[in-house]
Amino acid sequence: MNMHTQPQRTPAETALIDAFGDRLSLLPGDGAVMLKRDDAIEAIKHGLPTRRVESWHYTDLRRLLSVVPDFDPAAMAKAIAPIVEGSAVLPVLNGKSDAKVPAIEGVAVQCLSEKLIDGSIAPGLDPYGSDDAIGALNTAFVADGYFVDIADGAELEKPIELQNVQAGGQTHVRLAVRVGAGAKAVIVERQAGDGAALVSSVSQLVLGEGAEVTWLIVQEQPDTATHLAQFKAHIGKNAKLTLFVMNAGGKLVRQEVMVKTTGEGADFKLRGINLLAGDTHSDVTMVLDHAVPHTTSTEVIRNVVTGKARGVFQGRINVHQYAQKTNAKMACNTLLLSDDGEFSTKPELEIFADDVVCGHGATVTEIDHDHLFYLMARGVDEKSARGLLVKAFVAEVIEELDDETIVEALEARLDEWFVTHG
Amino acid sequence: MLEIKNLHARIVDDGTEIIRGLNLTVKAGEVAAIMGPNGSGKSTLSYILAGREDYEVTEGDILYNGRSILEMDPAERATSGIFLAFQYPMEIPGVATMEFLKVAMNEQRKARGEEPLKIPEFLKRVKEAAASLSMDMAMLKRPLNVGFSGGEKKRAEILQMKLLEPKLCVLDETDSGLDIDALKIVSDGVNALRAPDRAFLVITHYQRLLEHIVPDSVHVLYRGQVIKSGDKSLALDLEANGYAGVIGEAA
Repeated sequence: MNMHTQPQRTPAETALIDAFGDRLSLLPGDGAVMLKRDDAIEAIKHGLPTRRVESWHYTDLRRLLSVVPDFDPAAMAKAIAPIVEGSAVLPVLNGKSDAKVPAIEGVAVQCLSEKLIDGSIAPGLDPYGSDDAIGALNTAFVADGYFVDIADGAELEKPIELQNVQAGGQTHVRLAVRVGAGAKAVIVERQAGDGAALVSSVSQLVLGEGAEVTWLIVQEQPDTATHLAQFKAHIGKNAKLTLFVMNAGGKLVRQEVMVKTTGEGADFKLRGINLLAGDTHSDVTMVLDHAVPHTTSTEVIRNVVTGKARGVFQGRINVHQYAQKTNAKMACNTLLLSDDGEFSTKPELEIFADDVVCGHGATVTEIDHDHLFYLMARGVDEKSARGLLVKAFVAEVIEELDDETIVEALEARLDEWFVTHG
Repeated sequence: MLEIKNLHARIVDDGTEIIRGLNLTVKAGEVAAIMGPNGSGKSTLSYILAGREDYEVTEGDILYNGRSILEMDPAERATSGIFLAFQYPMEIPGVATMEFLKVAMNEQRKARGEEPLKIPEFLKRVKEAAASLSMDMAMLKRPLNVGFSGGEKKRAEILQMKLLEPKLCVLDETDSGLDIDALKIVSDGVNALRAPDRAFLVITHYQRLLEHIVPDSVHVLYRGQVIKSGDKSLALDLEANGYAGVIGEAA
């Protein structure tokens, strides 16, 4: 991770290292898993990343992570209603998954603690590159989550909602999903709670040949919580992944997205909305590897910034040398509604192939005055008219999802945010 | 109903004076046509009536039902019954047309102290209005004006006018961009709304529209002033002889 020697550990670093010592005997895992945990805590001992580490330049974790709460095993978290009615809910409550989950046809579900105990998840605990602070934090402490295996050819009628609900303290959760060849599924990753928690959550997804998955991350942590999350996916031959990220909460949030196309014909869509309010810091960092020829991707991120909120989007697209005929487009648009808010965008294209189409664009705007006048000229008062336009700005991205049930569910979450922050 | 007295107005950004002592009175039930060459201030007048912030009134007053509207924002003017059919209606991506219509209609009702419309009643009204303007309901499932042709946008404006039931309708070059058939449909839509308690200010370049929407009075605007007023024969005279004669008389 960060190889600079730190002059002195921050209280947060000390708290994490001490907590590891205290928790060690409670953490599940065979020898291989425990070795990964040791490596991970070693990385943390080198210090949390600062702005001098390129991938953390806009989110100085060492400075921003000022307080690390103690684990609170007695805290009670309750499962919440899924965003789509009738979804199969797999809850992780205060870091613990439920051994008795509903049976879903074509789907095998295991608690992640079992996979840690038998060591079969160990290879997935390796860090991503040298600055993987979230991966290290999670690997060191992860105790539970789910492993979901969707059989070849299974077409799920209802979404699976993976719920990670915190009640304060620390929770470190891993959600691993394998989607078999030709299978189709909608998976909701719900991140919520009501405590001033430190949450690390790592999701791993592997898509088999021709699989089609829509994965929705709905993050609505309270403005006291620190939420450090990672989503890692491999997209196989002719498989399609649509990842939708909605960040609508949290005090300090970093959502990393690492995606690799591993088979020809793979397609990736990232759609994200960041609704930023108050005195908060939210970072979405994507690294996308087009690793084989003939793969496509589009990324559209829309941000609404109010209050003193600070937002970051880093989007890096690597087109490997043999990945000819890659087609990738990235856009990041921000609606800045206050003078004190800020948003930083860093698009990066690293292209080693010579026959590709890649592009990116970024805009920062205010509300369009002509649009505002038009709506007001029809009798809509200024506050409502502004609300309609702000909602329209982000709803456009939601409506692209082209599935009425999902669109309605997400717009309901959007409305909820506007009721609280409008 | 509408009384414009010695109105002077300029563009806020650069201070250019566009309206220079304009006087105009429009009675309830009257259809008044405003004609004039390019750059005479016709569209500016419509924006000022609707309350666009890009213009600043420096002198004079606009009375609507005897009350000055200068301090009212566009939404207040709209809910008090003033409606502007835009020359270039804005496309607003992401705002669903039906949702917008519902919000706008209910704002009007709120201002009149009425309950919000029930959904079935709302849908019925929209369907009826759309049918009368030969508009496909599928169009209204799109975001507001997005992807509409020029003619479709104009129809959509008249649809909104029908649904919002304003008392003072300002039509800014509603005929521009319309083919003959569309012009007929739009004009029929406007004529159907003519009522003793409703007035129209019809801004146009051409006599053509006034064959369909027959005005009670015609006013020629030039350099920000009404330089001549008359009945519908004035429009015919302008069509035949151009603006030069009228401008010459006034100079």
